[in-house]
Amino acid sequence: MKYIGKKLIMMAATLIAVSFFVFLSFFIMSGDPVTSMLGTEATPEKVEALREELGLNAPFFTQYFRWATSFLKGDMGISYSYHIPVTAMVADKIPVTLALSGLAFLMMLLLAVPLGIYTAKHEGGLADRVIYILNQVMMAIPPFFAGILITFLFGRVFRWFTPGGYVSYKDDFGQFIGYMFFPALAIALPKMAMAVKLLRSSVIGEVKKDYVRTAFSRGNRSNQVFYSHILKNAVIPVITFLGMALADMVAGSIIIEQVFSIPGLGRILLTSISNRDYPVVEAIIICIAFIVVVINLLVDIVYRLIDPRISAEE
Amino acid sequence: MLTTLTIALSGCSGDKAGENSSKITIGILQDIEDSLDPHKAVAAGTKEVFFNMFEGLVKPDENGNIIPAVASDYHPSDDGKVYTFTLRKGIKFHDGSPVTVEDIKYSIDKCADTSNGEPLIAAFSNIESVNILDEETVEIVLKEADTEFAVFLANVTAAIIPASNESPDTNPIGTGPYKYVSRSPQENFIMEQYDEYWGEGAHIKNVILKVRSSADSYVMDLEGGSVDMIARITATQAAELSDEFNVLEGTMNLVQALYLNNAAEPFQDVRVRQALCYAVDPQEIMDFVSDGKGTEIGSSMFPTFEKYYVEELKDTYSKDVEKAKALLAEAGYPDGFSFTITVPSNYQQHVDTAQVLVEEFKAIGVNAEIQLIEWDSWLSDVYAGRNYESTVIGVDASSLTARALLERFDSSASNNFINFGNAEYDAALQAAMDSVDDEEKTQYYKECQRILAQEAANVYIQDLPEFVAINKKFAGYTFYPLYVQDFSKLYIVEDK
Repeated sequence: MKYIGKKLIMMAATLIAVSFFVFLSFFIMSGDPVTSMLGTEATPEKVEALREELGLNAPFFTQYFRWATSFLKGDMGISYSYHIPVTAMVADKIPVTLALSGLAFLMMLLLAVPLGIYTAKHEGGLADRVIYILNQVMMAIPPFFAGILITFLFGRVFRWFTPGGYVSYKDDFGQFIGYMFFPALAIALPKMAMAVKLLRSSVIGEVKKDYVRTAFSRGNRSNQVFYSHILKNAVIPVITFLGMALADMVAGSIIIEQVFSIPGLGRILLTSISNRDYPVVEAIIICIAFIVVVINLLVDIVYRLIDPRISAEE
Repeated sequence: MLTTLTIALSGCSGDKAGENSSKITIGILQDIEDSLDPHKAVAAGTKEVFFNMFEGLVKPDENGNIIPAVASDYHPSDDGKVYTFTLRKGIKFHDGSPVTVEDIKYSIDKCADTSNGEPLIAAFSNIESVNILDEETVEIVLKEADTEFAVFLANVTAAIIPASNESPDTNPIGTGPYKYVSRSPQENFIMEQYDEYWGEGAHIKNVILKVRSSADSYVMDLEGGSVDMIARITATQAAELSDEFNVLEGTMNLVQALYLNNAAEPFQDVRVRQALCYAVDPQEIMDFVSDGKGTEIGSSMFPTFEKYYVEELKDTYSKDVEKAKALLAEAGYPDGFSFTITVPSNYQQHVDTAQVLVEEFKAIGVNAEIQLIEWDSWLSDVYAGRNYESTVIGVDASSLTARALLERFDSSASNNFINFGNAEYDAALQAAMDSVDDEEKTQYYKECQRILAQEAANVYIQDLPEFVAINKKFAGYTFYPLYVQDFSKLYIVEDK
């Protein structure tokens, strides 16, 4: 319990630091939400009046504390561009990003675990060598480029999906997941390759340990030793990686949403940055940061559950 | 025989009327990131969509005429100081409520309000009062005569909206042929045909504007079938499309130029500005940027504004490297100079133009460097802050009058982002605005253009071509001389 309490305090501190630095960076960088809102019709009088109305003439710390206080009360403010509550915007888009990264994570697990085990069991075989090469290629391709290749190949050449097509989860969940499939694949592939490599080397490392030899000498069957001893130990370093991969996928979906025209948090974030729509940018970055720190916390907890030695060490 | 012919003809011409289950999906790059209140919306991309939902007392047609809209009729007084409007009988807002003269007064007063320093439409600062004469007549009294006042009422910003609407920012109610259904940020903006529209109205029931993340995916989006139409595609994209699409060519109605900060060194010297003009061949730029298409321009006016356009001004500076070098030497720059062209990175055609300019300037010993910046930074640093040396951009007209393009170069104009200052120009512009005789007014506007060209206020290049890709299932796309899109004219050719 003390451990979780400590972690929660760290989480809160991280989120405060993130929000502060995002606020500060907007304060320093060039561009102004007011000129963005008024466009080419901006006149010094109109700019001044709108700045006053939005409270942007106040000193930096006043603006930050004003924003942070309302945020803590659950009020994320009103979008400068869309004039709608940021809370509603974020609540509408969060399921899209979570579904995309969740599906990518699931794909990675479903592909990486069997392939990792298979290649470890058949170390040096033809399949192992082919998978090794494919892994190297997949790790070298960044998700956005994988996205472009997938769109071209499966969307344009094979016509398995409509590039740029999208159906909201509110309209048809089945079709929504269908449209998420290829973008999720683009996110999953490089991470899957890494997971296969990690699991394979971890399993091979375990197989060579003394306790495995002892287990076999006691007459245990090969599969029994593998699943109840080797895999259990081999999976520990992989869990850490999976946690990091999931956090990375949430953040990485920002780029993929752009490539596949998926209206999730990422796309709103990018346009809001260019519009200097501070309330939206702050809210989304905090949401993403929150998801990432929660994933890290969960990984820590799972890690301790699998390997009690970690709790004993602390 | 007659039946067969009727069926065959209806197959060809499509169901211009009576189609109730139809929809068109149109790709847009710029989301409606604005207030839904037409009086507050500022982005050109928003206004072109709002053109379908809102109307003013009058509105522009595709030929550049001002036609009655919410008002069925209007009369300016002989001295150009009083405009009297008759409210169209039976006209209703999208929520079903009738449009009243109170709504008209409310809307015009709101646009003329100066509590924030300036009115929403600059020309409205001339309004002395808006008076309700009876239940169907309203008069607008001006402080000074303005025979062009009606064109400013045709601006989307001057839309008539209900005075009773408490949340126009999120609940738009207008009188246009389409009414608002919903919007999802960065996803879509949906409109529906307004059944009780006073005029001919829309032919397609639902218009779904899908926000695309990147112009690079336009061809795939169209070919893949996720969108039926996209405006402002590039010539290269148009060439890549299959025969499932029609590519229509119009003009963007922009004055694309290398805008020079006339207050920055060395552009204070007219000889330097003229030297840059002599170094440039607009055709070379058009060949590179828009496949040779586009129209060369020589001043701040594009050819669609036929009445005001002075064609011969494009020949003011024919490319002449020697003359350019001589002018530079005369101005004290025999070895040339260096300067920066600041370009908003989101407009590829302006970036491409800047690249050709850099090459052309090398020939006269001038070293130009391109600085790409975000659109938002361009607005605050270049446009509002005037902190730049030169920039490539396209300037459009918000209203169907030369004044919309020329007024900004008055030395005291708050949007004179090039810091142009010329007493002769100011006098000609003032004379144009004061004149009540249309011919005389036009002559003064032409004089303004001549001064801009002779003074080389900017390096004028072209009015860019506009390509619209539309699936052959649809027809009826109409180009306007303003930055608007009229979806109500689209119709379905056949059901595939």
